[in-house]
Amino acid sequence: MAAVQGNMVDAKDEADIKTEPVSDGFGNNHANDARLLSASPGSSAAAGNSKPAAGAPEDQQTLLAVLQFLRKNKLSESAEILRREAGLPEEVLDLKGGDSAGPGQGGSADTDGGDASSLLSRVTVSTPGGAKAPTKAGEDQPDVNVVLSAYSQQGDPALYEVYYSGLKKFIESVLDCHRAELSQVFYPLFVHMYLELVYNNHESEAKAFFEKFSGDQECYYEEDLRVLSSLTKKEHMRGNETLLDFRTSKFVLRISRDSYQLLKRHLQERQNNQIWNIIQEHLYIDIFDGMPRSKSQIDAMSGSLAGEAKREANKAKVYYGLLKEPEIELPLDDEDEEAENEEGKPKKKKPKKDSTGSKSKKQDPNAPSQTRIPLPELKDSDKLDKIMYMKEATKRIRLAPDNLPSICFYTFLNAYQGLTAVDVTDDSSLIAGGFADSTVRVWSVTPKKLRKVKTAADLNLIDKESDDVLERIMDDKTASESKCLYGHSGPVYGISFSPDRTYLLSSSEDGTVRLWSLLTFTCLVGYKGHNYPVWDTQFSPYGYYFVSGGHDRVARLWATDHHQPLRMFAGHLADVTCTRFHPNANYVATGSSDRTIRLWDVLNGNCARIFTGHKGPIHALAFSPNGKFLASGATDGRVLLWDIGHGLMVGELKGHTDTIYSLRFSRDGEILASGSMDNTVRLWDAMKAFDDLETDDFTTATGHIHLQDNSQELLLGTYMTKSTPVIHLHFTRRNLLLAAGAYNP
Amino acid sequence: AVVRHNVVCEPSINSKRRRRKRRKVKKEEESCSVFSRIKSFCVTHVTMADREERRFAEVSRDSIKLMAESTGVDLADDVAALLAEDVCYRLREAAQTSSQFMRHAKRRKLTVEDLNRALRWSNVEAVCGYGAQDVLPFRSVKEGELFFVEDREINLIELALATNIPKGCAETMVRVNVAYLDGKGNVEPQGTVPTAVQTLSDDLLRYYQQVTRAILGEDPHLMKMALLDLQSNSKIAALLPYFVYVISGVKSVSHDLEQLNRLLHMVKSLVQNPYLYLGSYVRSLVSSVMYCILEPLAASINPLNDHWTLRDYAALLLSHIFWTHGDLVSGLYHQILLSLQKVLSDPVRPLCSHYGAVVGLHALGWKAVERVLFPHLPAYWANLQAVLDDYSVSNAQVKADGHKVYGAILVAVERLLKMKALSLSQSAEGGANAQPGSVAGSMGYRVSSPGLSPPSEPLSETVLGIASHLQAGGAGCPWEEWSPVPLPAMYSELYSFFGDSLAVRFSTGPGFGSYPPCAPACFREARKEPLGPVANPDTARKMPQLTANLNISPRQDGSPRTDPPPPSLAATGAGRSLARSSSVQRSRSSSSRSGQRSAGLSRDVFPKARFISSQSGPPAFSFVIGGRQMGRRCQGRRPFQTTFASTSSLPANPPRAYAHKLPVIGRVGKPVRRWTSSHYSLYLPL
Repeated sequence: MAAVQGNMVDAKDEADIKTEPVSDGFGNNHANDARLLSASPGSSAAAGNSKPAAGAPEDQQTLLAVLQFLRKNKLSESAEILRREAGLPEEVLDLKGGDSAGPGQGGSADTDGGDASSLLSRVTVSTPGGAKAPTKAGEDQPDVNVVLSAYSQQGDPALYEVYYSGLKKFIESVLDCHRAELSQVFYPLFVHMYLELVYNNHESEAKAFFEKFSGDQECYYEEDLRVLSSLTKKEHMRGNETLLDFRTSKFVLRISRDSYQLLKRHLQERQNNQIWNIIQEHLYIDIFDGMPRSKSQIDAMSGSLAGEAKREANKAKVYYGLLKEPEIELPLDDEDEEAENEEGKPKKKKPKKDSTGSKSKKQDPNAPSQTRIPLPELKDSDKLDKIMYMKEATKRIRLAPDNLPSICFYTFLNAYQGLTAVDVTDDSSLIAGGFADSTVRVWSVTPKKLRKVKTAADLNLIDKESDDVLERIMDDKTASESKCLYGHSGPVYGISFSPDRTYLLSSSEDGTVRLWSLLTFTCLVGYKGHNYPVWDTQFSPYGYYFVSGGHDRVARLWATDHHQPLRMFAGHLADVTCTRFHPNANYVATGSSDRTIRLWDVLNGNCARIFTGHKGPIHALAFSPNGKFLASGATDGRVLLWDIGHGLMVGELKGHTDTIYSLRFSRDGEILASGSMDNTVRLWDAMKAFDDLETDDFTTATGHIHLQDNSQELLLGTYMTKSTPVIHLHFTRRNLLLAAGAYNP
Repeated sequence: AVVRHNVVCEPSINSKRRRRKRRKVKKEEESCSVFSRIKSFCVTHVTMADREERRFAEVSRDSIKLMAESTGVDLADDVAALLAEDVCYRLREAAQTSSQFMRHAKRRKLTVEDLNRALRWSNVEAVCGYGAQDVLPFRSVKEGELFFVEDREINLIELALATNIPKGCAETMVRVNVAYLDGKGNVEPQGTVPTAVQTLSDDLLRYYQQVTRAILGEDPHLMKMALLDLQSNSKIAALLPYFVYVISGVKSVSHDLEQLNRLLHMVKSLVQNPYLYLGSYVRSLVSSVMYCILEPLAASINPLNDHWTLRDYAALLLSHIFWTHGDLVSGLYHQILLSLQKVLSDPVRPLCSHYGAVVGLHALGWKAVERVLFPHLPAYWANLQAVLDDYSVSNAQVKADGHKVYGAILVAVERLLKMKALSLSQSAEGGANAQPGSVAGSMGYRVSSPGLSPPSEPLSETVLGIASHLQAGGAGCPWEEWSPVPLPAMYSELYSFFGDSLAVRFSTGPGFGSYPPCAPACFREARKEPLGPVANPDTARKMPQLTANLNISPRQDGSPRTDPPPPSLAATGAGRSLARSSSVQRSRSSSSRSGQRSAGLSRDVFPKARFISSQSGPPAFSFVIGGRQMGRRCQGRRPFQTTFASTSSLPANPPRAYAHKLPVIGRVGKPVRRWTSSHYSLYLPL
């Protein structure tokens, strides 16, 4: 299923990109545009090659589905291009188009009529469901029925309990080393059996079954069980998102070969077809050779909505190295310094000879090629900023367990409307807050006030040749400490400054992402595409691109000058709750309510990594500055550390008692700071956590790591706030830790 | 145009059709719901679950029917059942979706708004009218287990024409503070919040600025006005921390006598303000005042600066604070005594500090002088003498200071002699009033010891308990062995120091000399007398009277306070009187300490000699503890009485023997603490 989706999305992306020249006439970033475009054909060619080669009927169907989708949305041109690209005969389009008129209308009636089906069911109609739509024409909710039909087999409902308890007895009787592994089967089996009962209208049996066995399940499935228990009727199964997840994806289990043989033999001996069918149909058992895993190993990795990640999913090579910084000659002579001073930059001391900035970095073997993803060219102001950055970096405090950072807390006072998101610029000069009353507010943290650019009429009067033209265009009358940005029509859940501090992105419940100019303090673009609440958005570290993720379970990659997304990262089984760019801008990490983290390749939109192990929705992600590691925090109050290159979990930091909303590595990556709803900031020894790593071949091969429980050793400090949940953390360029949150009396 | 008719907001039918938080309700028999969509939820009628334990709410069929009726639709039972079940499911679904909005808004509390968003996204009409932040009061109707949210009528006219237009809420802003420096500690200690002054209301802020400016400013008239207002303004409680903070700035202006003076005046005004409850800020104020008394201020380097007056004033202020607000902080008296004693016994300190200590002690009353200054005098005298005897020119300034100290000591001891003599003569003629310090005698709630005072070790320990702080930190002063020196001895000792400079004269003849030895005896006699009333258990109820008397004890102690505090325990609020009583208790206990000591109650350092000498009465004693315990520990305890028939061999019996029995008399639990409290409670009103 995932593969099918991936292909489909690819095809759609290509179509989108191809239409850009037609539909998009912006000339702002032409150079970038051209580069982007020059890159994309390469990728699409690769993808395009694979498709006809695969040639499976499934792929054909997918293509048809996409074609139909495009037609339905009156994107005939794109459809035509796709058709030609895929080498399909022209009549296919017409034929299927005629065929699909029914479902198309049905779908629209669906949305118009506002059926009680939840929002998610509609998403699936339009995205993954779309793939199946043509084959099952005439049904109002084709996808649901397709999947549900899998449950239609009629077993004796009374025997379900017997089956389950029989298996339970068997698993309890096997050797200890196998028991832990085989116990993994319980939960998916339990859910599917329950759903079968419900689907076949055996409500009372279903209830009894639930009562009897729900207590046996692992505690971290409690949340899902609660959803499950509320569902007692076949009608309810329609459009329940959790159910859809269960049915549309196979629950993945990793079991050693020995244990699997044991289970298989047992089930075949007993002729226990009911269970065997479920295992065959709904479970994906990833068999590995070697020692069975221990209970703690299994517990560390399980907990996600759809089981663990398949091992193949994490096999792809990830270029996690950093891009080479462009060489910028440092202006070390005093004249430049003075010139800068005149510009009003707060620089007093003469910069020391910069040694770190000038070190010539060799190309990191793990780094992607410089042009893998076309990046915007550096502007003069960017270079200036880089210089500033290097100067600041020389004054950076070297953090260590015995030299912890100072913490400054930015408290949002009188935020009665509800503070929902915070971001700080990289140079820590601006702070922005997104609020539940749909506003975005920007504050200047430095004495330098926020000013707008003058009006067009006034701008005409300015001498454009003057040296300080950038200063002259600003209107001093508008100077103020803060500015408020109005435009959204729902709570603002995510905000992000562009690296050059001229733009601000905000994502909102109203389904849009908005781009604001920090020169005019007006909205420039509203990016519509998600249609559902957008939970998070972030600019790429090089600007221009940004990523967003929302309730529609899709993360999208955008460029600021395109009103359509460049990539859609589909695969999560529940909301995409947080999105982060890799420091080299080639990858995007997304955390989700399905309790997995995925790493996506920006180049081809593939999912490069799936990390499972969290037991609750993920709300915070942070890449280490060297790009090798990823930290994630979730509602379960745990921080997990991941090795991106090997695709392994490498650490578990326990200590927080509530949702972790922010994570940040110090500038040199020695310290990891985590901020939580429990009103604390905690500092962790990241160096030690990563150093202690044992990566022998076996571990790398199987991905089974044995984590030692050393949270207490790694915890360097716990810092209480005064009744203020910490929702954002930021290390300044000198490694001062800034934390932000709204005071909740 | 005049609006004539009253526009009144009708609680619409719709608004009643609110689904509220899920309640456990009775669930009807299973049925397959065919309704896929429910537009409005309702949970007005709710019955508690009686069937199975479920983790979620259910809406009963009856509720649905009720809802339908209210809109004029008649539902069949089975339809209602189907609907009910579906409503439940949709509700749960909506609740699950809404929790997502809550999580992303980074809140812990699920709001109506969250639920509305969830409803909106699933194409269900949102529920309006419940957006307010404050909780909705659920009300129940007795019959029928009916719960509903009150939906009051609102008079729009009144609302529209209201004159008190609420201001918008304060602007959202960002404030930064350094929370932790180098990962260590809170930089900003709790309590000192000068920046937070800005969060006060505008009026208060302006008042604060005006007053501080006036007091610390140039204009003496303005200052007087400000001080007067500070003394009488009833609305400045919120500003108290800030004023206290300002006053704590004495340390930074120690070079400026004028400013110090003004700050002290500010203290005085605050202390005198009857509307202010100083609470634990007393401690801060006292430390500021003590600073002025004791520290070698920068201003005192210049001999032209009259820092002596400042110290005198501060000392007066200290005693004033102590007598009026000393009850607010426990152990304050002893802390003050301790620090004064420390300064006095530190020869490195400059003379002006010593002067401060002496005037401080003097201001705290003659008891303090007797306890601290007098025993310390011989040691101190040597130092002072050296200074005074040095006639070198370079020493002139120091010598002048020395004379100041000499004068202060003289004044203090004269008062001590006078008061002591007065108290002795009072006790001599009063009979019942054996010792002014131990008011115990006046009412008879106390240890009564014919012949043998109860030499309870725990008791004497508790008496010493307070002073034991002093012992611990007290440098060189043998508190433990301290016992009141009889007046003649004291007089002769002082006379040896001061000679004829002492204004108080006593004859050193036998008449007077024989008086002190008889004092303990008299005292003991006096103690025996009130045995009668003691036996009466009702006496406990008479205690309020007793405490009214007690309140005067500070004056008897020789406090500088001129008028006695109003014996108005009944008049003042209970809480206040409770607090007061503790001060009374303390001051009383400190004074009664001397009384009991004089009765031979000190620890067994000199016990034998005393007992032998005082063996005169019948060898039996009764011991009565009456009254209710103060505070919450042990309310309403009945008085009880124990009588010991003492053996004839009592003189040989060391007092220690009784010490073992005494805990049994009290309570079995924690003997010493019990004793402490019961001893204290003897005279307490509550």
